Amino acid sequence: MPDVLPEDRRQGLLSPKRNHDFIVLRRRLTDHLMTSLAVLTVVLVLLPLGAILAYLLYRGVGSINWAFLTQIPKPVGEAGGGMANAIGGSAVILGLASLIGVPLGIGAGIYLAEYGANRFGDIVRFTSDVLNGVPSIVIGIVAYSIVVLRQRHFSALAGGVALAIMMVPTITRTTEEMLLLVPQSIREAAYGLGVPRWRTTLSITLRTATSGVITGIMLAFARIAGETAPLLFTAFGNSYWNFNVNQPTAALPLQIFIYAISPFDEWHRQAWAGALVLIILIVGAVTAVRLAVRHGTLAGAN
Amino acid sequence: MTGPQPIEDSTLRTGTPARTGLLRGTSSGELADHTFRYAMLVCAAAVLGVLLLIVYELLVRSNLSWHAFGLRFFVGEDWNPVEEQFGALPFIYGTLVSSLLALIISMPLAIGVAVFTTEMCPTWLRGTLSFTTELLAAIPSVIYGLWGIFVLAPLLRMYVQPFLSRTLGWTGLFEGAPYGIGMLAAGVILAIMIIPIISSITREVLSVVPRHQREAALALGATRWEMIRVGVLRNARAGILGAIILGLGRALGETMAVTMVIGNRPEIARSLFAPGYTMASVIANEFSEATGDVYLSALVEIGLALFFVTIIVNALARLLVWSVTRGQPARAHA
Repeated sequence: MPDVLPEDRRQGLLSPKRNHDFIVLRRRLTDHLMTSLAVLTVVLVLLPLGAILAYLLYRGVGSINWAFLTQIPKPVGEAGGGMANAIGGSAVILGLASLIGVPLGIGAGIYLAEYGANRFGDIVRFTSDVLNGVPSIVIGIVAYSIVVLRQRHFSALAGGVALAIMMVPTITRTTEEMLLLVPQSIREAAYGLGVPRWRTTLSITLRTATSGVITGIMLAFARIAGETAPLLFTAFGNSYWNFNVNQPTAALPLQIFIYAISPFDEWHRQAWAGALVLIILIVGAVTAVRLAVRHGTLAGAN
Repeated sequence: MTGPQPIEDSTLRTGTPARTGLLRGTSSGELADHTFRYAMLVCAAAVLGVLLLIVYELLVRSNLSWHAFGLRFFVGEDWNPVEEQFGALPFIYGTLVSSLLALIISMPLAIGVAVFTTEMCPTWLRGTLSFTTELLAAIPSVIYGLWGIFVLAPLLRMYVQPFLSRTLGWTGLFEGAPYGIGMLAAGVILAIMIIPIISSITREVLSVVPRHQREAALALGATRWEMIRVGVLRNARAGILGAIILGLGRALGETMAVTMVIGNRPEIARSLFAPGYTMASVIANEFSEATGDVYLSALVEIGLALFFVTIIVNALARLLVWSVTRGQPARAHA
């Protein structure tokens, strides 16, 4: 406590006893003050979270009905209609993104963990950290350039590519981390039985790290499920059903955005309902995985 | 970080080819091993390839605008698609001001939460608290925007802005008509969004400060706060700075929530009540409607600038965090 001692001397005018009491009191008060401030920050941070979730429930629950989940949007001015096509479209786009992003991310993670103790591995590690920080809107521009401009029209595929690019870095790094946690002796046991290295990696190492890898995938999935910016000029949106990956497709976050900035009350109501559906999907996925991992349904050897 | 050593090669290859064949199958096993290794290498190379592709596409597509305006692009205030005059300064200004505002608001809150979770709170509360802050990070940007439009903006308009202009109006930062929507709303919503990132990285950094630092401070008779200040915060300051800069990186690139509450007007105003525009939101709003090659190219150039700024900011932040956590990778935050 370097700055307590000089303080002590400066207060020399008072009698030693009173001086001491004063300092102890002041230090104790500071301690209490800072503790209360810390508690206050926690309250201030939890407040908006509570406010957002509460308001979302309040507005959303009243607006979700069967029509919302099964019908496509009605023209402006007509009541009713829903976001079924957007929910379906989101499923298509997210499916495409996972199809591209998950194998690529796991593959890159396996490379980094099993063969990546070299310069190239370091470069890939750094690259994936950089990629993780690239703003989603920029990824949208790139997906537009490489898919939309070649195809000459907006498509679900372009949206899927954009979201896949966003998934890869998270999956890569968590896969790597989880594989490195698997004890070396397990690999050696497999080698000792004459199991080839590729087989060991896939059936032993990756298998042992399954729960961690799945957590990584779900985190990446939760992150992209709510992404809107990269879909604005890739998937573009659509007022009708579309399951063709080469056509513009509606997506739930996109529809929420369009409805939110519109001037119509009916559309605002549906935006809240859509937001509730979206958050239930995301929080549900994250919580389910968290619980599953904690309670051992998926828990591996680590 | 070391991968498994290929021990089987050295031990098994000492035998005759026939024995090796017996133990490991034929050489097709080796072929499979090589194939697998190269397949994984291709995946890893693809990560690198994607980043290079991003840089390449951005450079190529912004070429036109770069040649037309050069560096003037970044200092020009005029954004006029009709006359094909493009200056990005209002967007750069809006991005910087909204992000800085967000940092000022979120910094004390995020660090306070991190300190509380790691140093003060009872163990049973710790898990719940970190889960709750993670939850804040899992809410999609568009939902923050929705809440911003319908809850935050009216709150600001009716209560906060009149109060601010009465008490702090003389600074010139808080004057003009209280719309609710505007730079202030963008700053507040961004602050809420980056708190989880700053606080989770700070928590990580604080938790690697060696235990004996805390014990030493307590042994000298420090109160808890003095222990935190001298033993913990002082040792972790580089990492905390890194966490804050990581939050800045996220704020700079944040698109949807900001687009929905900032007002989208390309003007530079001193007052935080006035509407503004950010680099990310101009791309979001105008990209799909951009007519003309120069217009599109100008938007891509804004994207390019945003890309480089966020990369530099993120790299700096990671170096700072690593300097405290000593190379353990800062966990990817979703």
